[in-house]
Amino acid sequence: MKKIILASLLSALSHNAFAESITVYSARAEQLIKPLINAYQAETGVQINLVSDKEAPLMERIKSEGTNTSADMLITVDAGNLWQATNMGILAPVRSTILNKNIPAHLRDPNNHWFGLSVRARTIFYNTNKVKPSQLSTYENLANSKWAGKLCLRTSKKVYNQSLVAMMVSEVGAAQTERVVKGWVNNLAAPVFADDTKLLEAIASGQCEVGIANTYYYGRLMQKNKLPVGIFWANQKTKGVHVNISGAGITKNAKNAAGAIKFLEWLSSERAQNLFADANMEFPANSKVKPDNNVAAWGSFKQNLINVSTAGAYQVEAVKLMDRAGYK
Amino acid sequence: MGLTLIPLCVLILSLRSIDADIWQHLLSFSLSQLISNTIFLLIGVALLSLIIAAPLAWLVTLYQFPGRRFFNWALALPLAVPAYVMAFAQQGLFEFSGALQTWLRPDTRNTSLFESIPLLLAVSLTLSLAFYPYVYLLARQAFQSMGQRAIETGQSLGLSRTQSFIRIALPMARPWLAAGVMLVLMETLAEFGAVSIFNFDTLTSAIYKAWFSLFSIETAQQLALLLVLFVLIVYSIEQYSRHRYIYAPRSSNNVRRTTLVGTQARMASLTAALILLFSFILPFIQLLYWSINSFRDSFTDEFIRALINSMALAVQAALLITIMAFLLSYARRRDPSKSSSFMTHIATLGYAVPGTVLAIGIFVPIAMLDNLLINWLPSANDTAAIFKGSLFVMLLAFLIRFLSVAYNTIDSGMKRISKNQEDSARSLGTSNKQLLYRLYAPLLKKSTFTALLLVFIEVIKEIPITLMMRPFDKETLSVRIFNFTTEGQWEQAALPAISIVLCALIPLLILSNQADKE
Repeated sequence: MKKIILASLLSALSHNAFAESITVYSARAEQLIKPLINAYQAETGVQINLVSDKEAPLMERIKSEGTNTSADMLITVDAGNLWQATNMGILAPVRSTILNKNIPAHLRDPNNHWFGLSVRARTIFYNTNKVKPSQLSTYENLANSKWAGKLCLRTSKKVYNQSLVAMMVSEVGAAQTERVVKGWVNNLAAPVFADDTKLLEAIASGQCEVGIANTYYYGRLMQKNKLPVGIFWANQKTKGVHVNISGAGITKNAKNAAGAIKFLEWLSSERAQNLFADANMEFPANSKVKPDNNVAAWGSFKQNLINVSTAGAYQVEAVKLMDRAGYK
Repeated sequence: MGLTLIPLCVLILSLRSIDADIWQHLLSFSLSQLISNTIFLLIGVALLSLIIAAPLAWLVTLYQFPGRRFFNWALALPLAVPAYVMAFAQQGLFEFSGALQTWLRPDTRNTSLFESIPLLLAVSLTLSLAFYPYVYLLARQAFQSMGQRAIETGQSLGLSRTQSFIRIALPMARPWLAAGVMLVLMETLAEFGAVSIFNFDTLTSAIYKAWFSLFSIETAQQLALLLVLFVLIVYSIEQYSRHRYIYAPRSSNNVRRTTLVGTQARMASLTAALILLFSFILPFIQLLYWSINSFRDSFTDEFIRALINSMALAVQAALLITIMAFLLSYARRRDPSKSSSFMTHIATLGYAVPGTVLAIGIFVPIAMLDNLLINWLPSANDTAAIFKGSLFVMLLAFLIRFLSVAYNTIDSGMKRISKNQEDSARSLGTSNKQLLYRLYAPLLKKSTFTALLLVFIEVIKEIPITLMMRPFDKETLSVRIFNFTTEGQWEQAALPAISIVLCALIPLLILSNQADKE
């Protein structure tokens, strides 16, 4: 009897949902996810609970909650963390012809643990008053001494740079990559920046002439004021622009896996893809969907087709390599 | 108080698995630099906050000058500005002139200590401007009750007022100054947002790097233990160096303020105004500017709900934590043995652990408890959470994090009650219980109120624990700030940030009114 009373008391404390509900743990900022959740709720009546935090604490949460996790879905803003989540054994593989059709192979886990939902391109930006696009070619070329004192980089603590270097390690090996990173460090015009916006502003102000950043920061900045900064699609004659993803997977102990998979499939659909990508001026992962007009205006480009999970597999090596090369 | 030890235990348990590879890497490439950065930052912030706060507290307590009543409470305002907001605003200022910026951001290719001194100064100054009010509030309390005596003693020795300040008041106020500086140091150690805006690497940066980039939460926890050790060492040095002294001045609340005239008065007002300008007004204007720019997008129903949630949460947490701190301080008074003093200190260490590491350290045991209960209870089959995500646990987590803020504040007031006062009350046949109501409670009113205020502000600013422990969809102002700043949208983050500042103004105004009445 006591046990029953206690149990009912405790369950009164906890959340009991009556309608179908899905709980999403998301590292993608709430204001970028909320419009999608609202649209899905309006369309299907499914209740979606959202828990926002950084990736690492979310993953640790799912792990420690074990079989009693509230999370049905995990959304992150880069592939490295999804790779790590798979490694930790907290994601379940999903068989879905819809997802396989909508999301290109290089933007999803080879074993279907997660799927990219938007593409974040990281490429080269330059001061239009000081640099001609013809002088630019590849990320590697920025290590050339002709850029000495002219390059700006964001801190190596940011996962975007870790992924970029990780991909490079997987393609050309550690020794070659380390030479490139050392070259970059030697060419720095200023100490590394804390964020991409600051870096782009430094290029605009002439503090440096070239730099590497994600395109949506550029989009956001240029919307506010027209700065003398141009976008250059890197490595077009070689493998293509480095891309990362914002993506999602279904948790292994999901209470409502079927519902969460349906939501994931919906997120990859044409209607949702525009909402997902345009909210932050990113590129839709679904190749049938056109990007936002402002984004499309930057011209089309070749993406590096190497699977984005590589970023996770080589991340630790990349971080250590950048430390060795003195890239702060 | 054993509760507050739980996250420390989680940290200690991480020692079971040591990743030699990562440690090797950290040792050879960054650790020594990070430790020296951290030590110099601690020294810089401690000294600068003392230099800013102690003279200001002395000035507003013992002198009369134009604007004194205003400065008296306004100088505590920077508390309400989250350090990362301060850093962002200050960095904007430094960047105003390119020359100053290049001077402040030295060449990264050579990272010898000498060359990072300008950056170190900039970071120390920013953090001091954000944290000095801890020292200011406690120092003001101390001077209010014994400043007059310091001056009188000084006069009898033929010292000027300034000499009395340096040679008598400062040494007498040492326990209070030390308590304030301890809070500042712990804030500095746990600080991540502000140092990463300046790209100044400390031990905390290494902790997050190990966890987020090298995927090793154990290494992160081990590094956090190192940080806790830092605090213990500082604390022990401070305790040991004054172990021969007994601090229990008789309180005398009738301060007779000397009126400053002419140049002196203008200098006093100017000094206070300058500190306030850099520590509060400039960041506030920056926030205001952004808020106005983004007002249409930011002022939504969700924002209003977040505002209400934040206020309610902060009030509840402040009440709970202050009561607990009061009891803890009282218990220590009853049992002043060395071991109890050490245990109390351990119980307040949570404050120095970086937020996210502490949050997960609290979350893991609670998730374990939930798992046990769910397996044991027959009717809990469909439940995913019992304690997780409940208000109760959230308040508990805040207790663990902020107990030391309330405790240090109340205990510094407790130290002002002399053994004599207690003995004379006892000789009149007062029981222990009556002692609590008749002696401690009235004498501790001011410090208890200060503690309430500090915790209120801390909770309303807090991000990592709020994120991890909050019930679904319970958005707060700080959660909104987090969501916007992760995407670098500082403008949208400004309205919730400025709301925090305004929320904090209310208790600050009440506190100053109280102070004026007495």
